[in-house]
Amino acid sequence: MMIPGVDGFMYPNEVELQWSILIVLYPYITGLVAGAFILASLERVFKVEAVRPTYRLALLTALAFLLVAPLPLQLHLGHPERSFEMYLTPHTSSAMAMFGFVYLWYLTVVLLLEIWLDYRADIVHMSKTTTGVTRLVYKVLTLGSDNVSEAARRVDDKVGYVITVIGIPSAFMLHGYVGFIFGSVKANPWWSTPLMPVVFLFSAMVSGIAAVLVLYMAAMKVKRLPIDMRCVDTIAKYLFYTFVIDFTLEMLDLIHRTYEADESFRSLDFMVHTRLWASHVLLQIGAGTVVPLLLLAATQLRRFAPGARKAIYSITSCLILVGIFAMRWNVVIGGQLFSKSFLGYTSYKMGLVTREGLLPAVALMLLPFAIFFVLIKLLPPWQHSEANAAD
Amino acid sequence: MRSTFRDAAHLLRPAALLLIGLAVFLVVRAAVIPKGFGKYGHYRAPFLETARSKPIHYAGQDACVACHDEEAKMRAAGKHAKVACEACHGPQAQHADDPTSLKPKLPDVATLCARCHEKDPAKPRTFPQVVTAEHNAGAACNDCHKPHNPHLD
Ligand code: HEC
Ligand code: HEC
Ligand code: HEC
Ligand code: HEC
Repeated sequence: MMIPGVDGFMYPNEVELQWSILIVLYPYITGLVAGAFILASLERVFKVEAVRPTYRLALLTALAFLLVAPLPLQLHLGHPERSFEMYLTPHTSSAMAMFGFVYLWYLTVVLLLEIWLDYRADIVHMSKTTTGVTRLVYKVLTLGSDNVSEAARRVDDKVGYVITVIGIPSAFMLHGYVGFIFGSVKANPWWSTPLMPVVFLFSAMVSGIAAVLVLYMAAMKVKRLPIDMRCVDTIAKYLFYTFVIDFTLEMLDLIHRTYEADESFRSLDFMVHTRLWASHVLLQIGAGTVVPLLLLAATQLRRFAPGARKAIYSITSCLILVGIFAMRWNVVIGGQLFSKSFLGYTSYKMGLVTREGLLPAVALMLLPFAIFFVLIKLLPPWQHSEANAAD
Repeated sequence: MRSTFRDAAHLLRPAALLLIGLAVFLVVRAAVIPKGFGKYGHYRAPFLETARSKPIHYAGQDACVACHDEEAKMRAAGKHAKVACEACHGPQAQHADDPTSLKPKLPDVATLCARCHEKDPAKPRTFPQVVTAEHNAGAACNDCHKPHNPHLD
């Protein structure tokens, strides 16, 4: 009997994909978090002063996406309330359970605390200058302390530094884990490689930096404020460096697979040339990697006019964001398209308004932007208040 | 010294908040984890009682062999020697406890044999399989094969 969408031989449990587009979103979103946070830490820990204008923006971006990161998994679970049991009775041999704690640690101890410490002066200032409900919100956010003396701010700065230093390995773990989950599925040759966590990590940094870069430029455009060219040039430089490393790692993986050519190779090679051709070769490698890398390289080699640079940065960042999404897609969906017998291929039929369909995926992808919008209203990242300007 | 403390005192607030969060978590955890969880392993120990109180469905073939000597001998001589009685006859614990209260319904040969022997490329090549539609030409399998020893000479 012929099964629609299936070519060759599939084991019965392989015909239908169990990991949907929501599972594609999950590493994509956590990647943006890790990348944005690492960009923020550039300023804080590595003292790259030029990226200062994006420091707060990057933190808020990380927070907005981090809040949404577990939602695709919850929706995929179908029984979201059960995920809580992972915290109650965690199994030490379960990477997923351990990740729950990394997530909470990262959210509360790293990100929220760092944002609070950085914004404290502004929050206290707002709690005194606003009225009504807004005032109440800020009052709560001060946690009841309005000591923003110079000495107190110095303490905040020191503690904030320590937290960022702790935060970098935490961000690495946060995304390294996501790669680990795939890399450790030993039955699946498309996933099972120890390079997976490293590749995920660097692609996370690339996507996060690109996201903050476009968000910064877009926000400046909307607010009609001048774009700090020194800042975007520096970000683009770091984006280029991390992207080169990411690209090298992915090529290393590819060359290694091709050279090793184990029993899965013919099957995977065929898949890349057929079902994954558009999303892997055209989108991920062509439009999402080679083109942006060439554009970024051009800006490093030649000095373009600011207008041209802005245009190039916007285009590359958007291409990168699409390319990294394609990369997540190819990992998650690609890994389920071929039979573990290497004798057949299935296809992914995405629902539209089903629980794991396109519509919830789009909604989940828009949600961080809504949160981001609320956050920048509450904690404006651009103008530094008088309290901050003083120090 | 005193002033250093005063200027760092606000840090106690998020710390306290975290600790309160942790305490609430621990209290909730203690309240909702079922009794006996983790006593023997990563599950509820009292569930063993629940499982034990459920009715037994399978008697196991040692029980069948004890009474049905003839079928047992026949099966032992053929290729079905390692196929358990209840794999074909279904769960018969109640019958084994009290044979007269429940006389088992005999399996329907029309579907039974094909369940294991229908041709399927995913099965090991050495496993005996037939395309039933072509193999028996509509006759019942047990017209030719004896279920307890299917070998034909
Ligand atoms: C305590 C002895 C005993 C045990 C144990 C026992 N049986 Fe029976 N079985 C009998 C007796 C006696 C009959 C005949 C009952 C009747 O004719 O009313 C019978 C009848 C049957 C029949 C129906 C025969 C027919 O002609 O319809 C089948 C099938 C059967 N047993 C299978 C099993 C299986 C399988 C087991 C193991 C789970 C088993 N028996 C365990 C005593 C036993
Ligand atoms: C491969 C499947 C299979 C296995 C294994 C099997 N049986 Fe049967 N058994 C049958 C079928 C089919 C019939 C019905 C035969 C018929 O309708 O002619 C049957 C009939 C019987 C009968 C009724 C008497 C008869 O011969 O018709 C008894 C009693 C019986 N089996 C007991 C057992 C016992 C005890 C075992 C384990 C030692 C066993 N069977 C293992 C398939 C099996
Ligand atoms: C629970 C699965 C199962 C069912 C049901 C079953 N068989 Fe079998 N059958 C086996 C196994 C296992 C073997 C042994 C395979 C081997 O030796 O590799 C076997 C072997 C055979 C053989 C090969 C015998 C030989 O000497 O080569 C025949 C013929 C056969 N079965 C016929 C039947 C018939 C007819 C039925 C229905 C009454 C039946 N089987 C039901 C599992 C089953
Ligand atoms: C008309 C008589 C007849 C009927 C009915 C029949 N078979 Fe057979 N079967 C045979 C013969 C003859 C062989 C060949 C024996 C041999 O090659 O050793 C055989 C062989 C087999 C084999 C072994 C194949 C192998 O590769 O070793 C299986 C399994 C089998 N039959 C299953 C069934 C099943 C299942 C049914 C019912 C759907 C069935 N048979 C009905 C006559 C029959």
